[in-house]
Amino acid sequence: MLQKLVSMDRRIVFILVAIAVIIPMLLDVSLPVSTSEPTKKLYDFVEALPEGSTIMLAFDYGPSSFPELSPMAKALLKQCFDKNIRVVALTLVVDGTTLASSLIEEVAAEKNAENGEDFVFLGFRPGATQVILGMGSDIRNVFDTDYYGNKLHEIPMMENIKNYDQIDLLVDLASSNTTEAWIIYANDQYNLKIAAGVTGVMVSQMFPYLQTGQLNGLMSGILGAAEYENLVGVQDKGMQYINVNSFVHILIVLLVVIGNIAYFTQRKREE
Amino acid sequence: MKRLIPLSLCFFFGVVMIATQFSPHPISKSVFDEVVKGALIISPFALVLATVTLIQTHATRISRRSDHWQYSFIVFAGLITMVVIGVPLGPQHPVFVWIYDNVQVPMDATMFSLLAFFIASAAYRAFRARTTEATLLLVTALIVMLGNVPVGNVIWNELMSWTPWENQASAAREWILDNPNLSARRGIILGVSLGVISQSVRIILGIERSYLGGGD
Repeated sequence: MLQKLVSMDRRIVFILVAIAVIIPMLLDVSLPVSTSEPTKKLYDFVEALPEGSTIMLAFDYGPSSFPELSPMAKALLKQCFDKNIRVVALTLVVDGTTLASSLIEEVAAEKNAENGEDFVFLGFRPGATQVILGMGSDIRNVFDTDYYGNKLHEIPMMENIKNYDQIDLLVDLASSNTTEAWIIYANDQYNLKIAAGVTGVMVSQMFPYLQTGQLNGLMSGILGAAEYENLVGVQDKGMQYINVNSFVHILIVLLVVIGNIAYFTQRKREE
Repeated sequence: MKRLIPLSLCFFFGVVMIATQFSPHPISKSVFDEVVKGALIISPFALVLATVTLIQTHATRISRRSDHWQYSFIVFAGLITMVVIGVPLGPQHPVFVWIYDNVQVPMDATMFSLLAFFIASAAYRAFRARTTEATLLLVTALIVMLGNVPVGNVIWNELMSWTPWENQASAAREWILDNPNLSARRGIILGVSLGVISQSVRIILGIERSYLGGGD
């Protein structure tokens, strides 16, 4: 029995994980979400911005991180449109363009935000570092048109936005090391204020930048998305996914504990 | 000559770009801007290079009948389909968006989601408290995992309701991220940064030449 438990077939673990994902989705479980300090910091920063401010939102992720980062993007966009904060969106990741444009259009339709007046989607340009540096002098150096082909100088919202001096905050939603590039090249070089929303596996990397003040807030994985939805007052995918995550995490903790008990009991018997 | 020109260009632009960081003079700024503009023009060529390399690699696999060579046809089919639709019609075209939403997004998400199954299986098999270090890692991981989900606080608040402290599962997670993790990360960042600086100096001075490729 113990031997069977120690060397449990991994397919049994797979089935248990599948059950732990499917059941809470079907039952629509809802657990209370508290708010971490870094997420609250970002929310407060955006809340404190006056009407007509501008936020730059970088969709630096592809479809693989879509479930984790898109709820953050949606909650943040809803907060911005509700407060009449203008959004300049872009992506440094080539497969983030279609994903970002669909998401912005969806939230804009819900909040009656106008393209060119409340938001602009610049799209993608290759060369992440050069794009970040180039926009420091003039956004038009890098993007002469938006994603839809409109000339930037003809877009009403972009009339008074030349470079980072007119951007109040950049929020980087990232699944790779782009946040560090934004910090090095936009924050250090041009004093652009930066916050981030990153995937769960990247969270530990970001904490040194929070402490130094180079990051003005951080949404940590799906937990950060759920926290932000909670703060903004929307019940969306972030809340749903974090509840599913709860069950999977509990399952893994139980598996690890059972595995260790079985392993040590078996070792003791062998001795 | 084949090496002298790139080495000289690397040295010249390396020194000039460093110098621009120490001078707020308008000339320095305009030089910096021009070099960045130049780099922006060069960047798209990396995509061309990547595409050519991809085609070469998979064409070779097909011609040599390497392992799983049949899958290379799928690479070409995907590449050609997206180029044929995306280039003339644009990325906003409904067909392009449909393929993206219904092929690329589910495939990418599926690949990434498989990690959950393998992580659970690996955690069960490998997370054993065999040594002090392994035990420390195990306990830290379990605390962070429980602090990462709301159920951690629910369990804490139920089990420790007799204490005046609430939500300590997430508080413990934040303490770990804020203290031991931050200290270790900072050490790593400093080490990596020093390595990057020394490597950059070696490249600028022409001591490190591996970026030029092999042979003369």
